[in-house]
Amino acid sequence: MRFVNTIKVALRALRRSAMRSILTALGIIIGVAAVIAMVSIGNGAKSQVEASIASLGQNILLVFPGTANTGGMRGGWGSASTLTVEDALAIQHEVAGVVNVSPEMRDRSQVLANGLNWNTQVLGEDVSYLDIRIWSISDGEMFSEADVRSAAKACVIGRTVVNQLFPDSDPIGQTLRIRNIPFKVVGVLAPKGFNFRGDDQDDVVIIPYTSHLKRLARRPNLNSILVQATSPDDMPRVQQDITDLLQQRRSGREPDFTVRSQLEIAEAATATSKTMTVLLAAIAGVSLIVGGIGIMNIMLVSVTERTREIGIRLAVGAHGRDVLLQFLVEAIILSVMGGALGILLGIGASQLVSKLNNWPVLVSTSAIVGAVAFSAVIGIFFGFYPARKAARLDPIEALRYE
Amino acid sequence: MAAVVQLDEIHKIYDSGEVPVHAVRGVTLTIAAGEFVAIMGASGSGKSTLMNLLGCLDRPSRGRYLLDGTDVSALDRNQLADLRNQKLGFVFQGFNLLSRTTARENVELPMLYGRRAFTSREVRERALRSLDIVGLSQRADHFPSQLSGGQQQRVAIARALINEPQILLADEPTGNLDSKTSVEIMGVFQKLNEQGITIVMVTHELDIAHYCKRNLIMRDGRLVSDVAVEQRLSAAAEMQKILAAESAAKLTA
Repeated sequence: MRFVNTIKVALRALRRSAMRSILTALGIIIGVAAVIAMVSIGNGAKSQVEASIASLGQNILLVFPGTANTGGMRGGWGSASTLTVEDALAIQHEVAGVVNVSPEMRDRSQVLANGLNWNTQVLGEDVSYLDIRIWSISDGEMFSEADVRSAAKACVIGRTVVNQLFPDSDPIGQTLRIRNIPFKVVGVLAPKGFNFRGDDQDDVVIIPYTSHLKRLARRPNLNSILVQATSPDDMPRVQQDITDLLQQRRSGREPDFTVRSQLEIAEAATATSKTMTVLLAAIAGVSLIVGGIGIMNIMLVSVTERTREIGIRLAVGAHGRDVLLQFLVEAIILSVMGGALGILLGIGASQLVSKLNNWPVLVSTSAIVGAVAFSAVIGIFFGFYPARKAARLDPIEALRYE
Repeated sequence: MAAVVQLDEIHKIYDSGEVPVHAVRGVTLTIAAGEFVAIMGASGSGKSTLMNLLGCLDRPSRGRYLLDGTDVSALDRNQLADLRNQKLGFVFQGFNLLSRTTARENVELPMLYGRRAFTSREVRERALRSLDIVGLSQRADHFPSQLSGGQQQRVAIARALINEPQILLADEPTGNLDSKTSVEIMGVFQKLNEQGITIVMVTHELDIAHYCKRNLIMRDGRLVSDVAVEQRLSAAAEMQKILAAESAAKLTA
C-alpha cells in the first residue's frame, strides 16, 4: 500500500509539471532512439555483408596454386601454374566430406555478339559450379556434363552481359565470340547483384572448364579449384585433408598451393561491420548518459524546489525511505517513459533511414531490451543522489525553508 | 486525567555553531488529556524548540519525554516518524499545504504514511469527514490557492486530525491571519477541545492565549509561569461582537 501510494505520489508530481517532465525525458528519448537507430542500421549493414558472403556459396574452400619463383623473383599466390584437373579429381574422389568440386579458370576477354562487344569475366567451370555458388539459371539451361566432357562451345551468361550484348533480343540459342571462337548461349543466369567487394557478379560468361583449358587458355593448369564441404564444422578437417592429399601428390616437393577457407574471408568482412555497429552504438550511448545527467539535474532542482513539501511529508510521518522512493520512482518513471518513447522514435527513425537511403535496417530485440534496461539503470543511477539528498533532509530545517 | 505529555528536566543544546546554544534548560511539564495549553514567550525564549521537542521533530539532549507513556528519547528517526504519524497532529503558522494539490489530497497526506493499509475509498471518506469537522467539506476539490488564509488553516487542521491524534500541536496557528480569521480558527480549536482533543499551541499574542485553558510562559529556556486562564474568551461570543461591530460600521457609513 505504502509503495503503491508512493508511486501514485510520484506520478502525480510528474503530471503536475508535465512540460518539464517531457523535456527531461527528451534526453533519454533521443538517447534511446539514437542507440536503437544506430544498432539497427549497423545490424542491417552487417546482415547485408553476411548475405553477400553467403551468396558466394556455403562451406567453400578455395585451392590456389602457389608462388612461382623465377631467378629469385617471387610471384604472389597463384603465380605458379601447378594445379591440374587431376588434382581436382583426386580431391573429389579421395577427400571425405566433399560435396562438389569445380576446377576453375578465370580470364577477362573481349566478347562479341550482335555487332556489339563487351569486356567481361570469362569463367571456366564444372556443372556443379551453380550448386556451389547457390546460383540458378533464369532462362534456358546450364551446359551439361556431356558438354564438359566434350569441351563443347556452350556458355551461360550473366544479366549484365545480356544487357550489353543482347539488349533487344532473346540471347538463348544465339552465338557470342570469345577470342573469335563461337560459343552458343544455352542459358541466362539469375541476377545475383554485387558482392561485398562491390564487384558485379552478373558481369560474367561461364563456359565448361575443359573448353576454357583447351580453346582459350591452351594450357593444362587451372587457376583454382573450388571445393564445397558438407558442413561448416567439417571445414577445418577438409581443408587439412586437401592440403595433405595435394602434398602427397607432390611427393615431398615444396608446397606449391594454398587452401583457403571462405570462413576466413567471411570473418574478416563481418568483423569490420561489427566494429562499425559497436562504434555507432557507443556514440549513441554517450547521448544516453547525457540524458541521464539531464534527469539528475532536474531531480536536484526539484528536490530543492520541493524542500518544504518534503518537510511536510516527513513531519506527518513519512520515513526517509518513503521520500527516497518517491524521488527515485519519479526519476525511473521519467527514464523508462523516455525509453519507451525512444524505442518508438528509434524504430521510426531507422525505418525512415531505410526508406530514404535504401539501406537495409534490422531492428534487433536485444537492442530494444538493452536500451530499456539501460534507461532504467540510468534512472536509478542518476536519480539516487537527488533522492537520497531529499530523504536525508531534517524535517525542521525543511519546514523552515523559504 | 491521564497525562499525555510528561517532560522531565528536558534540555536541548545545539552545538552546530561556534558557541553551543542552550535553547531549553530543564523544563518539567505534565499535560493531561483534554487540556488546551498555550505556550508563550518572546522570540528566542525556546518556545519553538520546546514545540519541536513535543512534536517529536527533534530529540532532547537531556531529560526524559514520555508521550502517551512511550519514552521518545530512545526512538530512532523512523520510529519518531511513526509516532508523529499516529499520535500527533501538526498545524503550522504558514499552513504548509502542498500547492497544486487539492484540499482533500492534502488532508489525506498523513494516511499515505500510516502503518495500517486503507483502501482509497476509506482514505477519501475519512478525509471528507475530517474536512467536515472544520466545515470545509464543500471545498474538498479546491486548491490551496483558491482558498482564503483561514480556510487554508482549516484544511491544515483537518489534515492534523485525520489520524485521530492524541495531541494537536499548533505553532503560531494565527500568526499569518487577521484578527477576525484568528478568532474563527480559535473557534475551531475550542470546538475540537470540547470534543476532548488535547491541544498545545505556541503563540506570542496574549489575546489568542486567552482562548486556551492554561498558559505557560517561557523565558531563556525555562518555564517561568504556569497559570490556568481566568476570564477565558469564547470564540463564538467574540465572533458575535466582531460581526455586530462590522454591521454597526456599515450602518454608520
